[in-house]
Amino acid sequence: MNTPGTAAATRAEYCVIACAEAWRGDGEVLASPMGAVPSVGARLARLTFAPELLLTDGEATIVGPGGEVEGWLPYRKHLTLVTGGRRHVMMGASQIDRFGNQNISCIGDWEQPARQLLGVRGAPVNTLNNPVSYWIPRHSPRVFVERVDMVCGVGYDRAEAAGPSATRFHRIPQVVSDLGVFDFATPDRSMRLASLHPGVTVEMVEEATGFQLTVPADVPYTRNPTPAELALIREVIDPSGTRNREVRP
Amino acid sequence: MSTVSAARDKTMTPDEVAGRLHSGMTIGIGGWGSRRKPMALVRALLRSPVTDLTVISYGGPDVGLLAAAGRISRLVTAFVTLDSIPLEPHYRAARQRGAFALTEIDEAMFLWGLHAAANRLPFLPVRAGPGSDVMRVNPELRTVTSPYEDGEEFVAVPALRMDAALVHMNRADRLGNGQYLGPDPYFDDLFCEAADTAYVSCERLLQTAELTGGSGAAPQTLLVQRHSVTGVVETPGGAHFTSCVPDHPRDEPFQKAYAAAAADPVAWAEFSARFLPPDGDEKGYQQAVRTWHEEQR
Repeated sequence: MNTPGTAAATRAEYCVIACAEAWRGDGEVLASPMGAVPSVGARLARLTFAPELLLTDGEATIVGPGGEVEGWLPYRKHLTLVTGGRRHVMMGASQIDRFGNQNISCIGDWEQPARQLLGVRGAPVNTLNNPVSYWIPRHSPRVFVERVDMVCGVGYDRAEAAGPSATRFHRIPQVVSDLGVFDFATPDRSMRLASLHPGVTVEMVEEATGFQLTVPADVPYTRNPTPAELALIREVIDPSGTRNREVRP
Repeated sequence: MSTVSAARDKTMTPDEVAGRLHSGMTIGIGGWGSRRKPMALVRALLRSPVTDLTVISYGGPDVGLLAAAGRISRLVTAFVTLDSIPLEPHYRAARQRGAFALTEIDEAMFLWGLHAAANRLPFLPVRAGPGSDVMRVNPELRTVTSPYEDGEEFVAVPALRMDAALVHMNRADRLGNGQYLGPDPYFDDLFCEAADTAYVSCERLLQTAELTGGSGAAPQTLLVQRHSVTGVVETPGGAHFTSCVPDHPRDEPFQKAYAAAAADPVAWAEFSARFLPPDGDEKGYQQAVRTWHEEQR
């Protein structure tokens, strides 16, 4: 029988759990989620298994779980926190390749792009200084591409080629999509399927991925949310359902 | 007998600021995205014939408006966004027709370029850029090797010196001391220090003693100091439609209307004729915005 808070978890809620897990064990660092699902995930982690995490209000203050201000973080301090490494950001990606190179700048030729997007923003400094995970709400071959048009976030192969100052603090812990969780735990640091969200098959992921993905013999499923976590997501953190606007049901 | 001489009164109008700018200049614009942008000064610039500009900005509608008017020959930026609307339509269109040259650098590279300029250094080292295509699209960027035993290699971000900086503050005095009352100073002090001339617009002009005396504001809200400021302009609503908290939030309905118009040439012609007529002024703009809001009710 389904009672409020115990109805089966939706895909969006598995995505929330997968994003939250990215910050497990990070300690006293700033969690910087970009997007609705990562934001819900970061708050869930903060409220449950990662109480040390720091979270911002999206502007310039660090806020506790009750919204109480506990610190000041304007952009100038935020950028120092990045280069000091005390941050784990989850960025979006318009394109990402098998070594984790990410593009949010433009599609097509940079000189005169077919589609101008945001620009490189802080992706180059982020990827060389603090852990950078990625969140992709719609897994498709247009996003998971063989080569990105403009490398903004640096992947493992490009960091390696750029030398020890680039690799020193470079780390991409996770890529989370609406289909599953991915990491780079392979000998050549190429992308590997780490877990499938329930309801998704390996074939579905391969079809939606524009490059050769490493698929282990046994792929686990993304863990289930606990009843307490589901209640927090639904009733406390995201009662208006922002997560459902980002991930199709 | 001694006399106490007053420091110089630097107040001027937005159009007097524009009159001091020249075609071909490098101009830095403060704020961030669609937050506390010196829009009244940008609007004055649009009414002037000044063009062929190199613009340095954490870009928002300032860049969009100047790009739409064809005033930019080179843009130095890490992004252009309206925040609540991720992509700036005028900027997109300008880039997609190859309207100007772009120096696309990372947010931190930009910051250290400002610091270098403010500190009269040719460059500062940053761990950002290597591995990314920022190095490909900016072939003039050089690296520097640490002279210490670590021997690490960094990007040497060149100083972002500018001929003029434009910033918007919550309060200022006639001498050029600028005060921010919102949560984030952005980099407006660095812009002023990195520029040969700097113009500060503000929501309200106060007597110097009132800046901290009347409101009880802490001295660290006094972000911009007069030694780095050339002119001061009182322009209530001068950041419109970007946010200028606590004086006013972003005008989201108006920004939405701006973005919709900017995405369509016919709509943009109507929008600019109504809000940005070449023979208009800042007062007329503010009145047109009030009338527009009344019509929306």
